[in-house]
Amino acid sequence: MAAQASFIGQKNKKEQVYTDPWHMMNEAARTPSFFTGSEVIKEAVRRASCDIMVAYPITPQSEAAALCGELFAEGYIGDYFRGESEFAVMSQCAGAAFGGARVFTTTAGPGTMRAMENFPMWAGARLPIQMIVTCRGINSPLSIQPDTLEISYLMQTGMLVWHAETAQDFYDWILKGYMVSEEPDVHLPLALCCDGFFVTHTKDMVDLTPVDMCLPPYDPYRSPVPCMDMECPPVRMMRDPFVMKSNYISYATHASWQQEVWAAVERSRKHTIRWMDGLIDTENTDADVIVVASGTAVSQSREAIAMLEEEGIKVGLVKVKTLRPWPGSEIREATKHAKHIIVPEFNITGWLAREVSATIPNNERVHAGPHVCGGMTMPPEIIAAEIKTVLGVKAPSLAGRGG
Amino acid sequence: MTTSYRVMPGPEHFLPPSAASMGIRLPDPGQGHIHGSIVSEEEALEEAARRFLSAKVPTIFPGPLVLWAWNDKAAKKAKAIRHLYETIKECVHSSQHAMLIPMPDYRPKYPKINPEIEINPNHPNLTIWHNKIDACMFVGVHCHQANLSLKIIRGGTTCYTIAMCAQAGHEDAMLSVRDATADKIIRLADWVKKLKGSVAPPAEHSA
Repeated sequence: MAAQASFIGQKNKKEQVYTDPWHMMNEAARTPSFFTGSEVIKEAVRRASCDIMVAYPITPQSEAAALCGELFAEGYIGDYFRGESEFAVMSQCAGAAFGGARVFTTTAGPGTMRAMENFPMWAGARLPIQMIVTCRGINSPLSIQPDTLEISYLMQTGMLVWHAETAQDFYDWILKGYMVSEEPDVHLPLALCCDGFFVTHTKDMVDLTPVDMCLPPYDPYRSPVPCMDMECPPVRMMRDPFVMKSNYISYATHASWQQEVWAAVERSRKHTIRWMDGLIDTENTDADVIVVASGTAVSQSREAIAMLEEEGIKVGLVKVKTLRPWPGSEIREATKHAKHIIVPEFNITGWLAREVSATIPNNERVHAGPHVCGGMTMPPEIIAAEIKTVLGVKAPSLAGRGG
Repeated sequence: MTTSYRVMPGPEHFLPPSAASMGIRLPDPGQGHIHGSIVSEEEALEEAARRFLSAKVPTIFPGPLVLWAWNDKAAKKAKAIRHLYETIKECVHSSQHAMLIPMPDYRPKYPKINPEIEINPNHPNLTIWHNKIDACMFVGVHCHQANLSLKIIRGGTTCYTIAMCAQAGHEDAMLSVRDATADKIIRLADWVKKLKGSVAPPAEHSA
């Protein structure tokens, strides 16, 4: 941190002051602003001292990527260009990060899937790249609408994976994300996900930090692997890669390498708890019924909980902020009194419900649903109906809505 | 998260777990850890000195960050490491054999390395086994490569591992100190001097 500390108080070429990140995020005055999620991404990146931003246009992240282009034109980002495809973009991000740059990119849906090969490579190479994922449908027939299925793939890559609920989360977590992912004991890429359109294309009040403050620059000398060294793995993998040797020791080395990546995910826990005030947020965890959700499913659940409260039904809420690291002990503690755990999700497979089920005792308490997908909205009424059904209370059906 | 897991000399397992995955947490500034339990930095330095003095083959493994004078701090640290090595040599019994074996780079060495003169993070056990090293300290090794080594050593050898880390420390070592500086390395040497004669040397020397 010494090298970064030496920058604090100095100005960059845009006259922004490199500021102690804790002061900037937690103590500096905030200005309420009415912005879309995409505009919020731009405002966070403006203050993030990014060296390079690379992206390929894909809905619904295209606007954010284009707005970052404006930042480049204004002089806030060191370099900016469009890659030939998402795969190329993520490879170019790796190259920049290997070279010691603070890197930012955005993607969505099929773009995430196309670039997937790069993500375990980023994690294995310990590159603290930040990638915004504005989730959308990934299957045929084509859909550009919100759907969170791609998150379940990212959760197995060794990246940190956070799931923002609101534009405010997005703003704060982009900046805090660099602070966590660049810690030398972590030093992993971060996939900061949100539900596309719901967050990116709607306007919300967001409290912004002062525009004349920015994060201190990335210090590549704190990296746990050598910065760009053509003689050493993970860069120089083609001469002596473990994969091309067939002996016990090369397998053991690769195994130890993988373990180290996931150990780094574990180490991020301490830093994430400090910066994000915990891996989950909770409300009314003494209730018999608790909703566990992430992303905008949390917002819809809040509405459902308020509706049920008017009917005298008390329901608690667990907002899962980080999926990697997974807040297992926190969820066990928060749900220990619950008789029923409802997990609403914007995807068909119910990956969050599976994670919760694998985490808690007596997991017959977990009710996977309601699920919507393919861009459908999740009216709070269907969450309320799910809860009423579980409790044996008669609930009106929404099946005929729109008919 | 509380854990009963302790980071102890091996051989631990065919594929030992990472200590982080077992709930071991890294020390905060001013702290160290012994076997995964958080202690004061001074306590960790004292215990490291005891481990050197009671080992048959106490060994320092300096890595690339201190083997080349790429900045003034690195040169200063290298001198401090040399001083620590000389101090250990002076303070151990004649039946003990202190060693200084570099980890010059991180490339896997095939078909084989010369374990007399170097250690490699991808197969560190070869150097440990060949030289019968029973206590070692990593210093100036990039954190990722150090952890790679520490797990493999714990998995397949009986060696006691110490990590003197310039960053956040290493939970995969049995003992670790963080934020290492030249002064901190010299403080470890001071502990070795201070404890000379008060720590029983190993019963027999088989190296």
